[in-house]
Amino acid sequence: MASHGLTTSVQRAPMSSPVIPAALASSDRESRVWLERLHASGSERDAAVTELHALLLRTARFEIARRYATSAHLRGGDTDDLAQQSADDALVAILGKLGNFRGVSRFTTWAYKFALFEAAANVRKRAWQRREIPLTAETWPLFADEHRRTPEEGAETTELLAAVQQGIEQDLSTHQREVLVAIVLNDVPIDVLAERLNTTRGALYKTVHDARQKLRAALTARGLSLEDQRSST
Amino acid sequence: MSAPLPPDEPGRLLARLTGPPGPELSCEECFEQLDRYVELELTSSDADAAIPGMQAHLEGCSACAEDRESLRALLLSEPG
Repeated sequence: MASHGLTTSVQRAPMSSPVIPAALASSDRESRVWLERLHASGSERDAAVTELHALLLRTARFEIARRYATSAHLRGGDTDDLAQQSADDALVAILGKLGNFRGVSRFTTWAYKFALFEAAANVRKRAWQRREIPLTAETWPLFADEHRRTPEEGAETTELLAAVQQGIEQDLSTHQREVLVAIVLNDVPIDVLAERLNTTRGALYKTVHDARQKLRAALTARGLSLEDQRSST
Repeated sequence: MSAPLPPDEPGRLLARLTGPPGPELSCEECFEQLDRYVELELTSSDADAAIPGMQAHLEGCSACAEDRESLRALLLSEPG
């Protein structure tokens, strides 16, 4: 089992705020105890950090096991090392953002999401290790032609898809087109693409969102209504 | 994409390409609210009314939707 130096770098990671938020007065007792111990000093804080890391490690293992059970791309590799790394990264993030905990959920639920996020991202990156990222849709134009059904079954959808395809080719910037195609058509995980393009998941999703808005506007300009299609399916 | 699509795939593909209608949260806002949203869901509260834009984002962002499913599964696996 790999060790990532919990007692040194992680345990001494800076906290974002030395003050327990007043909002926590309404929080549950277990959450308040977590906060008090993590804001303490000396051995009490060390013990709380160690317990939190153990909680995060269990969470990361839970997530990694779930994803390995359902992904055909994941075979082999040291999953416990992946869990350790995910727990370490989550712990650093949590200690750095402790002041952001507002007490609107249990502290453990708030902490879990960091470990799940790190574990999921690490699993997706491992699944795409050494795989080329497809940024172009070499065969996707087929969908508008090959899947034409009877007018009753899907002529409207087919017409909309053909218009969307035209919009992707004509109305989107190169960056918008590549990002949308990679994520939506080629199922490249957004955090994998973000790492390859040296950007963030949030920034890439903004690109996807803006591209979708452009496509919707293009459909409207062509007199096509997406909402009619949605309500009929 | 070269294999034949299932019969319902064109509609789903269209939805994925054009995204959810209406305003939606960003990925950062989604992560910020995810713990509260899932707890509300599991206590049968109206999570979508409490956190506007969350449901639309989860429809549009598969990675955040997976994070939500994971958090739900983890909480549901807890004893008691």
